[in-house]
Amino acid sequence: MLFGATVRSPIPHARIDTIRWQPEKAPAGAFCLTALDLPGPNGVLLLNDDWPILADNEVRHVGEPVALVAAASRLDARRALAAVEVEYTPLDSVLDLSEADPENPLAVIQLEHGDVERALGASDVVVEGEYRTGHQEHIYIECQAMTAWYEPDGALVVKGSMQCPYYVHKALVHALELPPERVRAEATVVGGGFGGKEDYPSLIALHAALLAKATGRPVRIAYDRHEDIVGTTKRHPSVIRHVTGIDEQGQLMAMDVDLLLDGGSYTTLTPVVLSRAALHAGGVYRCPNVRIRARALRTNTATNGAFRGFGAPEAEFAVERQMDRVARAMGLDPLEIRLRNVLEEGDELPTGQVLDDTTSARLCLEKAAALTDFRRRWSELEEERRQRADGEPMRGLGLSAFFHGAGFTGNGERRMRSPVKVALREDGRIEVFTAMIDMGQGSAVVFPQIACEAGGLTEDDLVFAEPDTARVPDSGPTVASRTTMVIGRVLAEAIAETVELVQAWWRGTKDLEEDLTVAEGAVQSPDGSSWTWREVAASYVKEKGSLEVSRRYEPPAWQQLDEETYQGVAYPTYGWGADVVEVEVDPDTLEVKAQKVTAVCEVGKAIHPTLCAGQIEGGTLQAVSWGLMEEVKMEEGRYLNDRLATYIIPTIGDSPEIEVHLLEQPYEGGPFGAKGVGELPMDGGAPAALAAVENATGIWADEIPATPERLTAWQEAGDVVESIAGEATKRSSSED
Amino acid sequence: MARLLDVLRERLELTGTKEGCGEGECGACTVLLEGRPVLSCLVPLVQCAEREIQTVEGLADSVPSFFEQFVATGGVQCGACTPGIVVTAAALLVESPKPTRDEVQKALAGNLCRCTGYEGIIRALIEEAGR
Repeated sequence: MLFGATVRSPIPHARIDTIRWQPEKAPAGAFCLTALDLPGPNGVLLLNDDWPILADNEVRHVGEPVALVAAASRLDARRALAAVEVEYTPLDSVLDLSEADPENPLAVIQLEHGDVERALGASDVVVEGEYRTGHQEHIYIECQAMTAWYEPDGALVVKGSMQCPYYVHKALVHALELPPERVRAEATVVGGGFGGKEDYPSLIALHAALLAKATGRPVRIAYDRHEDIVGTTKRHPSVIRHVTGIDEQGQLMAMDVDLLLDGGSYTTLTPVVLSRAALHAGGVYRCPNVRIRARALRTNTATNGAFRGFGAPEAEFAVERQMDRVARAMGLDPLEIRLRNVLEEGDELPTGQVLDDTTSARLCLEKAAALTDFRRRWSELEEERRQRADGEPMRGLGLSAFFHGAGFTGNGERRMRSPVKVALREDGRIEVFTAMIDMGQGSAVVFPQIACEAGGLTEDDLVFAEPDTARVPDSGPTVASRTTMVIGRVLAEAIAETVELVQAWWRGTKDLEEDLTVAEGAVQSPDGSSWTWREVAASYVKEKGSLEVSRRYEPPAWQQLDEETYQGVAYPTYGWGADVVEVEVDPDTLEVKAQKVTAVCEVGKAIHPTLCAGQIEGGTLQAVSWGLMEEVKMEEGRYLNDRLATYIIPTIGDSPEIEVHLLEQPYEGGPFGAKGVGELPMDGGAPAALAAVENATGIWADEIPATPERLTAWQEAGDVVESIAGEATKRSSSED
Repeated sequence: MARLLDVLRERLELTGTKEGCGEGECGACTVLLEGRPVLSCLVPLVQCAEREIQTVEGLADSVPSFFEQFVATGGVQCGACTPGIVVTAAALLVESPKPTRDEVQKALAGNLCRCTGYEGIIRALIEEAGR
């Protein structure tokens, strides 16, 4: 086996003048490959294929792959990198959203419900705010890695860490111009994904495959942490502006949202991230007049892509902080402003979707408030802050309310109609074929549970095929909180259908009048006879031959989104949540320690309560640390903190106690009522953490991460809550 | 100079021990050297002569209940940090059979986990100690 390595651009934007491979300077037998050597189109197929496999004439971000090398060992491959000499002519670069060209966006979405201009004019108070979020690194503990080889029959196989075997498969078929049946993508056990192994594995798989094709040898590429941080996708930075009109009762009249995402240099998944951001930009609030203008702009920074929450955390950070700003302007507490405006059954979203009886925002808010005695403690801490002498510890409490649309946005699931296949084996066990992978979220536990419950079987009656595109159908990617809700449902249907067919046949062969029951792996007739599932199913196969059942996901007929106007139903259901974060802030350094988070989430049905709570716990920590500490620092487009020593994620010692409360309002479209849950907790932690900092310090925090450096700067600039209350009073009095 | 991590994974094919960063920051590669947690990505093989090394594989054979506890409490998700965490935790329980939350946090401060939010890991240790 050979080991591959990647020559990457050190410059954010440049023309490539020459790429010179000097084999005499490389270890013996080393090999080099550039864009000129590609056998087909130079694009990673995702939504489109503008993302180059290897930069051609131009590099558009630091870390962009320019050439590949392969050698006999990892060390030799690294040495071979030095034998590739690239000459660049630097070009002007766009390093953040403030420099990006608004006229040349990667994607645009606009939606309007009601008449925002008129409603703003008629509002008693108008509050404006601007919110910023930064890049976030996934930091799955297992870095990206892929191995590629050609089978003796000429078929290409790639095996590695990936969330979406069929994305990888399609990208290989496209770029190598191979027939689909000549390509196999096989997912290994995935050591953490969080979206980071949704889009990027297609690129590293292409790199390994191209080297394998060119050298005729198996090739493995495994990134070290430094390369993983420099080279792979990140969460989109955002700048989101809110103008909100309120009447004197504190009811929302109008929301005008201008949402910008930094799309980086290539399309990747940005248009669908933008779509989800736009669809969550109004938050969990009822407002008759909403306008959302969302754009993703191009910059010469990382290719930003999928990251847990997929645009919703950015959008909900902004709207939650804006609600706190509105509360300050109106002289209300953070709970009161939310309770007066929270969405309930029968209310409309900005898309016009009328919410059903699984709308649980109020339930979550009231539960979180009751559990933490929020109103009393928040007010006491406000008072404490005003009375506090210098140098005393500062404690604060912050609240957020949030939601997350489960499954693909809009018409995505209808286009996919994702299949699940099950087949009877000779030994009577049912083999299940899906393309879903377990990256820690627990589908390897939850799927057997669902199948057992749906069929009256035991886990020993089931076998789950490995996610290998040669064996499993394209049941879509393991993303978008869709695995349990969407594929779990189809799985339940396929199992139930199989069990029904087999028991009906058995009843016929035994000449039994009444229906049989199947429970806990046993087939029983009312007369007391009983057989094991496996003996019955094995007889079926012996007598009738194999049995295969394929079922496809059919989204509800009413889930239709007009992709021009963004009116309709974007998601069939939503998970809901409320977080209360408690912090202590060092009075000298303004360092924030999150001490406790109370997370209340309504999940439809928790199929496996421990794993479900585990999703909430892990997602909550990822959200709180995105809000308080995680920062990708760049200078001239280069990463300043491309190591775990400098890109800081929370240790067990930095982490707050996280207390999860699961609520259940079953969604009839999910298996046993389950809604998608994986991304929901990512939406609430950051705004609640910053709200807690505000309660503790009085500093108005509208940008994350709220590091001590930023908090100090805001404090020195006078960005404090008193100025917001003053602002609203001025506005209303100047209009009198 | 061979790293202990590479010798374990490649020469001995004990792939339970994981590499997360290769520079001693994440703790995924932790093994026990004479009963004490060390980062095998930073240990040159020469330091291991005539000394006992225990990896997650050895622990799995000697205390399987410990692993069941991690699974039951939600202390495991993707599993990439788990080998380092369980060997570190095993060393903690030898020193302090009934650790407090604070002791658990101190002992595991060098082991990053990106999935669990650490709550399940803390539960696993407190409950294991209570058995």
